[in-house]
Amino acid sequence: MSRINTLETKNLCESAKNGGCGECQTSCQSACKTSCGVANQQCEQK
Amino acid sequence: MLHQYELNGYHIVLDTCSGSVHSVDDVAYDIIALYPDHTEEEIVSAMMEKYGEREDVNEDEILECIGDVRYLEDHQKLYTPDTYEPLAGEFKKRSGDVIKALCLHVSHTCNLNCEYCFASQGKYHGDRAIMSFEVAKQAMDFLVAHSGTRRNLEVDFFGGEPLMNWDVVKQTVDYCRSIEKEAGKNFRFTVTTNGMLIDDDIIDYCNKEMSNVVLSLDGRKEVHDRTRVDYAGNGSWERIVPKFKKLVEARGGKNYYMRGTFTHLNTDFTNDIFTMADLGFRELSMEPVVCKPGDPLALTEDDLPVLKEEYELLAKEMLRREETGDGFTFYHYMIDLTSGPCIYKRISGCGSGTEYMAVTPWGDLYPCHQFVGEEEYKLGDIWNGVTEKEKQDEFRYCNAYARPDCADCWAKLYCSGGCAANAYHATGDVKGIYEYGCELFRKRIECAIMIQVAHAEHPDLYKPHRVGGDKAVTLGGRLAEVPDDEDCSTCDGCD
Repeated sequence: MSRINTLETKNLCESAKNGGCGECQTSCQSACKTSCGVANQQCEQK
Repeated sequence: MLHQYELNGYHIVLDTCSGSVHSVDDVAYDIIALYPDHTEEEIVSAMMEKYGEREDVNEDEILECIGDVRYLEDHQKLYTPDTYEPLAGEFKKRSGDVIKALCLHVSHTCNLNCEYCFASQGKYHGDRAIMSFEVAKQAMDFLVAHSGTRRNLEVDFFGGEPLMNWDVVKQTVDYCRSIEKEAGKNFRFTVTTNGMLIDDDIIDYCNKEMSNVVLSLDGRKEVHDRTRVDYAGNGSWERIVPKFKKLVEARGGKNYYMRGTFTHLNTDFTNDIFTMADLGFRELSMEPVVCKPGDPLALTEDDLPVLKEEYELLAKEMLRREETGDGFTFYHYMIDLTSGPCIYKRISGCGSGTEYMAVTPWGDLYPCHQFVGEEEYKLGDIWNGVTEKEKQDEFRYCNAYARPDCADCWAKLYCSGGCAANAYHATGDVKGIYEYGCELFRKRIECAIMIQVAHAEHPDLYKPHRVGGDKAVTLGGRLAEVPDDEDCSTCDGCD
């Protein structure tokens, strides 16, 4: 694809099938404590 | 749902429901925008009219690009429909009443008198108090008893200033270490401190037992000392920075966050982040102040465009520093595109009031640390568990699909519906929308992904700082090979 570069990403569609173990870090138990973001959490199953 | 934006010279397309990220040129950028509602002929005509004079653009090229877009659509990397709403409550339903994380308020008192403290100098609008070991031990027993099959349990020692109750912190950690093997658990401890009481013993113990330490520093000395003062009104910068340096060095420079707060008085907060970096700290966080509207420190509507520009400036400067191997991480720009959270994490909300709660010094349970002091949100206590089930249900039903205003927001799978406390404080309703925070959040995600795109497009140019330990993140986006015959037939997630 000459005009489109696609980055390597997790397949969210597939994660709907196998995800949800609940072992990953709770969002606010990290640096922020005053806002919510889940995108920078880490999957424990990787 | 697509989100297209231009930043730092990149044309970026997010296919939010598949999680796909595309870096495209301007022609493809326009084609992707037109594709859903226009015929092939209409797209070719529009593109030739706009770009026809360019040497690299002709009808065959445009048709080829349209074919690429179609291929990505067929392989669920563009225009992926949002089919996740039915799953939004499923994870919490499946988890039942499992609790896996506690914010332990070991000290409702503080040795600093910071003007902007959302915890009102650690007292949370109540009395000064220190948690006893008996309460802390019961809280840990409560956590283990309610953790179900969860193995990883998180405990954050919070305050006020937790180091003012250091003996109880140590006793609590030692107690947990004594029971975790038999209980089949793995405790992860963190501590959030203003640094005033850090000494060699505390450094040794933190670096042995705490999976992360959050160190409060607002950046420039004059900014920090304006608000982070002791009860005599003296700034704390000179006293804490040497201690922080010693702790971080002894920690091997990893598994910490230097965390600041910015206010209306320092909307040029990037200078505070750069000051932290210039001091040698590499794992940085800077948060917007949480305070009542009208407070002299509260962020204003006029500040918003300034803050957005600052976030962009930060992202560009981070990349510039990475070119020379002098990079650092910024908490909100850490996005792991390949090993990040699954869709359940992304849609189930932050977990406050369900898997995550705060414990006061006297053992009361609140949905999170930001609700402590809001009496109507007391959920129960560590002896009798959650007794206010209806109140808890308000939080159980918080997720990425709980708020109608989020329906068309491209960022909802990055924030999972946002912070219930911010929503409550802004609107009086945990399911409200704190739009100001949303605007900043969306800008941060745009910047974070732009950095990933830059890493992917120029892998030899940038040398990202890599965070270590158990929160290692695969920083540095990579380009993917899109296989010709990717098989999606085995996945039920998208239909």
